[in-house]
Amino acid sequence: MSSTKPNELVFLIDCNSFYCSCERVFNPKLWNKPVVVLSNNDGCVVARSKEAKALGIPMGAPAFQWQKTFEKHGVFVYSSNYTLYGDLSRRVMEVLQQFSPKLEIYSIDEAFLAMTTKDPVALGREIRARVLKWTGIPVSVGISSTKTLAKVANHLAKKDDSHGGVYQLENPRHIDRVLARFPLGDIWGIGGRLSKRLSSVRIQTPYQLKQADSGWIRKNFSVTLLKTAMELRGIPCLALEEVYAKKKSITCSRSFGQPVATLASLEEALSSYTARAAEKLREQESLASVLTVFLTTSPFIDRPYSNSATITLPEPTDYTPRLIAYAKRALSSLFRQGYPYKKVGVIFNSLSDKACYQPDLFFRAPPHQSKAMEALDKIHAKLGTRSIQFAAEGIEKPWKMKRIHTSKRFTTHFKELLII
Amino acid sequence: MKIEIVKAKQGLPLPLSICEVPAGFPSPADGYMDDALDLNELLVTHPAATFFVRVSGISMVDAHIYPGDVLVVDRAKEVQHRNIVIAVLNGEFTVKRILKRGSQLLLAPENPRFAPIEVHEGEDFQVWGVVTYVIHKAK
Repeated sequence: MSSTKPNELVFLIDCNSFYCSCERVFNPKLWNKPVVVLSNNDGCVVARSKEAKALGIPMGAPAFQWQKTFEKHGVFVYSSNYTLYGDLSRRVMEVLQQFSPKLEIYSIDEAFLAMTTKDPVALGREIRARVLKWTGIPVSVGISSTKTLAKVANHLAKKDDSHGGVYQLENPRHIDRVLARFPLGDIWGIGGRLSKRLSSVRIQTPYQLKQADSGWIRKNFSVTLLKTAMELRGIPCLALEEVYAKKKSITCSRSFGQPVATLASLEEALSSYTARAAEKLREQESLASVLTVFLTTSPFIDRPYSNSATITLPEPTDYTPRLIAYAKRALSSLFRQGYPYKKVGVIFNSLSDKACYQPDLFFRAPPHQSKAMEALDKIHAKLGTRSIQFAAEGIEKPWKMKRIHTSKRFTTHFKELLII
Repeated sequence: MKIEIVKAKQGLPLPLSICEVPAGFPSPADGYMDDALDLNELLVTHPAATFFVRVSGISMVDAHIYPGDVLVVDRAKEVQHRNIVIAVLNGEFTVKRILKRGSQLLLAPENPRFAPIEVHEGEDFQVWGVVTYVIHKAK
């Protein structure tokens, strides 16, 4: 964490319709056309291009309900290709890092930059132009004195094309005018529920929240809301988290393409997710001490079932075979015959730094284990995660996600390069 | 959601020795080792902006670009007259040499069997990236 200096400005860079934009980089036929990207299992719309939004397709629209609209208007429909999106996201963040080392990667398509500059809007335009040229991804830039106001500025940059994708909130009276009209529920950290509660005490706009008494906010709501109010006043309260903080827990789970009923298939799926999660664990150089497995049917069936089991490991570990063994043991205690299971997953908790780990005097992981994992991770990095796997993960994977309209992994697999 | 606590077995494998016992002589090359050469260092100037694409056509064979070759494409490089580029013309990708004739842009193939393409105003045209290297398998 670092505090922002008084004259430092916060830039929020947000990729426009990120997943759709990623698809467009490698497919010019999609340029200026309506594009949507579907969630895992092609369930619902998770990203829409500007043209798709103009057709009235809402976020979260169930794909099967909107099939006719897609066909009628020639909407290009894609399954999510997270390998591609993740790689392009990494590239966007690398370009942003060139502008300032004070970078907080907030999500796959959003980042904060803290910078001091004489002409913020010109710098914002330069950021935008460089990210677009280097990666092909269009972004919007919101600039202000706090993160919360930079978010508001970013909304405004996106909303009106005349700003050229860059907008600064600077002049206090101008900020007040904007906040008086801005939807309260769209303020960062204030959702629909909180905005309802606020409107019941006659705070209907961000401007009214900004003007409210600090003591009163703290007493009737929370310190978090007070921080938001302060940020609206232009006083930075939310620091930039520069270092990509190590995750405190690691989860890997997916919904199945088809419901799964047998323990054997569930074990295969769970082993595969555990192997993925263990890789993430080693990537951030952590060890897990607690492992939770959860198993669930769809909540919409007649007799739904869901349950979870937690195991405290005898020693913190990052060794895949051991983690798989414990995960399977937890699963067998959860499994009940005769249910159509929809999802299984694993969570690692109580993570500790591998470097700080004090091994038990009488227990030490044999060195060949960590060497084997190192080799495995290297092979996966070189040849892809499907190149070599644990037998427990199964071969055919009938439980795998349904993804029928996936584009290629253009940037991470030599066999899937763009062909010109 | 109900949480069940499943207790793990407490069987602890004992290590054979507490510390590693060094054996043998150190290699005389220790201390003179360099990292292995990395081709990225040679081929990639701007990693965030570099993409690889595979060639399918024969319009650039005289520039030693053959079907199946992998092109290293740098999007960060400013395009200049006579660069080989990946361009997008009317929704299609193409690899050609870009030539400037006054205000006229030309996408020139390097194969006498193909004709140069003039880029007209109002056409949907964009340079996607500059080709910096051609990776060709020796036969």
